[in-house]
Amino acid sequence: MTVFPLPLRRSRRDGGPVGRANVWVYGLLIAFVLGSIFPFYWSFLVASRDSSMLTEAVPPLLPGGNFFDNVARVFDTVPFWRALGNSFLVAGSVTVSTVLFSTLAGFAFAKLRFRGRNALFVLVIATLAVPTQLGIIPLYMAMAELGWANQLQAVIVPNLVTAIGVFWMRQYTVEAVPYELIEAARVDGCSMIRVFWHVCLPAVRPAAAFLGMFTFMMSWNDFMWPLIALNADNPTVQVALEKLQSGHYIDYSLVLAGTTLATIPILIVFVILGKQIVAGIMQGAVKG
Amino acid sequence: MRDRLGRWDVKYSPYLYVAPFFVIFGVVGLFPLLYTAYVSLFDWELIDDSPSFIGFGNYVLLMSDPQFWKVLTNTFSIFLLSAIPQVIMAVLLAALLNTRLRFPTGWRIGILMPYVASLVALGIIFANLFGPNFGLVNGIFELLGLDRVDWQANRFASHVAIAIMVNWRWTGYNALIVLAAMQAIPRELHEAAVVDGAGPVRRFFSVTLPLLRPTLIFVIVTATIGGLQIFTEPKLFDAMPGSNNGGSTNQFQTVTLFMYQSAFEREDLGYASAIAWVLFVIIILVALINFLLTRRIASAGEGRR
Repeated sequence: MTVFPLPLRRSRRDGGPVGRANVWVYGLLIAFVLGSIFPFYWSFLVASRDSSMLTEAVPPLLPGGNFFDNVARVFDTVPFWRALGNSFLVAGSVTVSTVLFSTLAGFAFAKLRFRGRNALFVLVIATLAVPTQLGIIPLYMAMAELGWANQLQAVIVPNLVTAIGVFWMRQYTVEAVPYELIEAARVDGCSMIRVFWHVCLPAVRPAAAFLGMFTFMMSWNDFMWPLIALNADNPTVQVALEKLQSGHYIDYSLVLAGTTLATIPILIVFVILGKQIVAGIMQGAVKG
Repeated sequence: MRDRLGRWDVKYSPYLYVAPFFVIFGVVGLFPLLYTAYVSLFDWELIDDSPSFIGFGNYVLLMSDPQFWKVLTNTFSIFLLSAIPQVIMAVLLAALLNTRLRFPTGWRIGILMPYVASLVALGIIFANLFGPNFGLVNGIFELLGLDRVDWQANRFASHVAIAIMVNWRWTGYNALIVLAAMQAIPRELHEAAVVDGAGPVRRFFSVTLPLLRPTLIFVIVTATIGGLQIFTEPKLFDAMPGSNNGGSTNQFQTVTLFMYQSAFEREDLGYASAIAWVLFVIIILVALINFLLTRRIASAGEGRR
């Protein structure tokens, strides 16, 4: 499921914390965070040991030394290098194109006057209610018709731009780009596209960066459509993981080495950019 | 000449900038949904050059298919088991985060971690944790002197396990959205309530909660749209990996998984398309009902203030 923070109004910081945190608050928060992290840790724990640990009554709590052996077996079992390359290619191109097209459309909806602007924008919002997951059957037929089955463009093209991206960039651009700057650039003889490039783009960079990170994560983790469009010898990481698990006998050390491996890149990104992601979600949240 | 070009530029370039969205959405969003309706009127096999028109035959068949009613019940059961605790926990967690904390950003990042995990990885990890024989959850149950639960075979238990997966992923994210709304509540309102003698609990129910209404509507409606389409979690939870059955007797198969199975395993595209359309109508209806209900409940709270 793809959900995105819905920007309606920029944060008014007139509220702020209510009351002081006490031992209970910290205790509960620690419990929540431990619960959040535990499945990741468990996955690494099993991945770093022999599958036999799962048969022990009290499982060991510290990682063992088999992680790299298990990882090597992942690469022997499924085309994991290829999957990693495919996932980077798909998520990368989807991100670049979503950010570019959303920013362009957001600029037009926020700052340019043209006939039918409001009606078209309402249409963009209305499309948010259309669950694209339910249109996969004709999409699959179309891809087969085009000869794109099992090719990466089948996964890339349907995700080139999203309604939520257009919406998000429009909301941000409204406040971030003053009309005076656009007028000034026009007087100096800039064409519309140059106004976009030299005036709008620099001003909306933070919102575009957040949209980029968000799109990359969503695309990297997407499963249902890649599962339909691609097959096991040309998978994305998620499809490869599913194939890794679907043998007759599940070797959990092997499978969880795969999940750990697939999670590490996104966790690294998250640890580095976590602050901005949190800020973006909170800034975009709906306000009354 | 330059002037004319300039006027053309101003008048028509905006259409060029918004065109990519409408073209892409038309081709991969709207058209497929409409064409799904068309396909649903045919007896349409995967490799079929001349499918035969059967009108509403697929829908009639669907309505008398016990598997469909079972997967519909499963979907709602999993949805309710996840959405309700999720919203309550998100509001509580937001209230915790809305106190004066050391390292506020650190805590927020901590609870958001599950949100970035891949659903596939998550599904595999939880299938392992809830394993019937060697799963950690049953191990802990045994240590506590409780009976083991066969999380995959037992219908209700499997729904609980899948709902836990969903909640694990989304609670922190929703909490941040609620927190942002809490922080937008003017401090004077709380101060006025304190002057009126309201304690923290009373303030939470009479000041905070009513003002969270639009945010709660948003959280609940998005949870509905996503929750009713749930696919990855039940697909990966199967004790027979790779299967689309949702358990040996479809005990945790969801509507989307059933649609996927009908289309790509049984290769009956017409039937699968009918499932897609019924689900689409259900989603729109439930989202609408949720929207109206949430609005009414929250405004009742406001009236009491």
